[in-house]
Amino acid sequence: MSTFVLLTITGVGLGAMYFLIASGLSLIYGLMGVLNFAHGAFITVGAYTTWWTSVHVFDGVHSVLVRFLLSALLALIVGGVFAALVELVLIRPLYLRHIEQVLVTVGLSLAFVALVEGIWGPDQRAFDVPPWLHETTTIAGARIPNDRWVEIATAAVVLGLLQLFLRRTRYGLIIRAGVENRAMVTALGIDVRMAFTLVFAIGGLAAALAGVLSGVYFSAISPGQGVSLLIFAFIVVVIGGLGSIGGSAVAAAVVGLTQQYANYYASSGIGDMVVVLLLGLVLLARPQGLAGAATGARA
Amino acid sequence: MNRKALADYVIPAAVFAALAFVPKLGWDLPKVFDSPVSSPGTLQLLAVCMLYGALALSYDLQFGFTGLLSFGHALYVALGAYVTNIAITIWGWSFWQAIVFTIALALVLSTVLGVVSLRVGGIAFAMVSLAFAQAGAVLVRKDPHHWTHGEEGLGADYTKLPHHFVGIVNTKYLYWLALGFLAAVFFIVRWAVESSPGRVWQAIRENEVRVEVLGMRPRAYKLQAFVLSSVLAAGGGIVYMLLYNSSNPALTAPEFTLTLLLMVVIGGAGSRWGAVLGGILYHYLDDRLTAMGGSETIQQLPSVLRTPLEQPLFLLGVVFILIVVFLPGGLAGIAARGRPTGLRRLESAIRTGAPAEPLEEA
Repeated sequence: MSTFVLLTITGVGLGAMYFLIASGLSLIYGLMGVLNFAHGAFITVGAYTTWWTSVHVFDGVHSVLVRFLLSALLALIVGGVFAALVELVLIRPLYLRHIEQVLVTVGLSLAFVALVEGIWGPDQRAFDVPPWLHETTTIAGARIPNDRWVEIATAAVVLGLLQLFLRRTRYGLIIRAGVENRAMVTALGIDVRMAFTLVFAIGGLAAALAGVLSGVYFSAISPGQGVSLLIFAFIVVVIGGLGSIGGSAVAAAVVGLTQQYANYYASSGIGDMVVVLLLGLVLLARPQGLAGAATGARA
Repeated sequence: MNRKALADYVIPAAVFAALAFVPKLGWDLPKVFDSPVSSPGTLQLLAVCMLYGALALSYDLQFGFTGLLSFGHALYVALGAYVTNIAITIWGWSFWQAIVFTIALALVLSTVLGVVSLRVGGIAFAMVSLAFAQAGAVLVRKDPHHWTHGEEGLGADYTKLPHHFVGIVNTKYLYWLALGFLAAVFFIVRWAVESSPGRVWQAIRENEVRVEVLGMRPRAYKLQAFVLSSVLAAGGGIVYMLLYNSSNPALTAPEFTLTLLLMVVIGGAGSRWGAVLGGILYHYLDDRLTAMGGSETIQQLPSVLRTPLEQPLFLLGVVFILIVVFLPGGLAGIAARGRPTGLRRLESAIRTGAPAEPLEEA
């Protein structure tokens, strides 16, 4: 029983990271039709900014917790700004040329990983976090590492904020309308391009947050980590239904849990395969994904 | 003989035949290659370049000619390299048995995965193909049966390989093998895209809805292109295994498919020569830039300049982005000035909804 509880909480914690990445991907795809490969770079930006600033900028701060929070906050800002710049400089000039937009983000993702490897080396870097995060809390006989709670809580807060933003604000309304029918929104005289930059900034911020949390989860960061997380986020987006935040949240939890259970009860490494199998089954039964609001293929 | 047959068959055949004499030449091109052209080092480099030309062309068959953006092509290259090697080295099969089995397996696997993944189109297809390839990568790295040797890669049992393909003195045979494979892929792709299903593939790229309205089922045609392209990729994997005498887990990484995509776009999507030249040039630059990164001139630069210059993938990635933004036809687009080519062609067709002019008519 205690193992099951541990696996469940850990699975949801992993799913929380997937959700943070997938929510941005899903919004960007839903609104702009762009599959954003550069999302992996945003994750890396978040992780490396936190690590670098906590060593070089905030090294005078004595409390580990305050230092971690300051560098994480800075990482979110850097991630958001970086993503907005990517949209303005690389995506916007290729407006409506979807394939080229995807290709540019692919090029950026490869070049960025190579650059990070060049500067900080290909090896893992230890990630300094408040010691409390690696202590455990006992729930129903299971000793749960505390960082899992932080990951789940963060994702829940982000999910809540995103839903509030999308349902209660004017920009949220424009984004939702744009996901539904961009041509109509444009025809009504609303400049959707502003919304493009905005979803990129939001996506970059959430991905940077996922980068910080992945550093906490794995206790280390490496240049390739972003891209490997990104692949599971893609799976989450497809299973959840392109363009749906709620669908992404459910699919993220399902994928995270499936991975954990299969890795423990079957054998280590099987989890990744089972997730891919799950993706195949969902496609056979319901090609538009769980939430399936989007019209499927929009190449 | 008409001009088209001349351009499509006679000229390529002449080029490939001329390339076959390279190992016999005594040239020394110090700026281009480290060692004389007929030396094993240079022949090996050229062989790998041509292999990448062939792999890029196999990828172009689905991306440039059919409009299928896949991120999982690496799966089939890795299948070719690993299954042949495992059959020979671990199961002790003969070379030819292993090859027949590998091609048959590639045929079956690509058909099954194609049927599933082609249920979705466009970007969702890209993501699904990526997920399947990732499953392959995990399988190779976790190595449940101790067949692939995980991160180390699997060295081939060279006593079972045809003896012409073993040893440094025999590099010229590997060069001819790669050249032969490139020529075979080139002519197969030429034949396939000009066949009547091939015309439907290109019609699907231009406008899938119209193909459907005309009463054809795009999915069956897309599956054909996908399977042919995947089987050619598996063939490339077998050549890779012979060239390197081993199977390398780097083949399974998603980045491997992305580099094939880079090659095709740099050369010119939807163009046979473009894809081949893109593959050759990309690998050549990758190799030379790596050598250049270690050179003294670069090492003496301040670190701000040195770090990016030491990373070939960074430089190639930047070149790629510049080409996508400023030269969407790729290198082939420069040759065919005035006519829309490559990505520009794909995009203009999608935007206007009008069928673009046939690509190959001169």
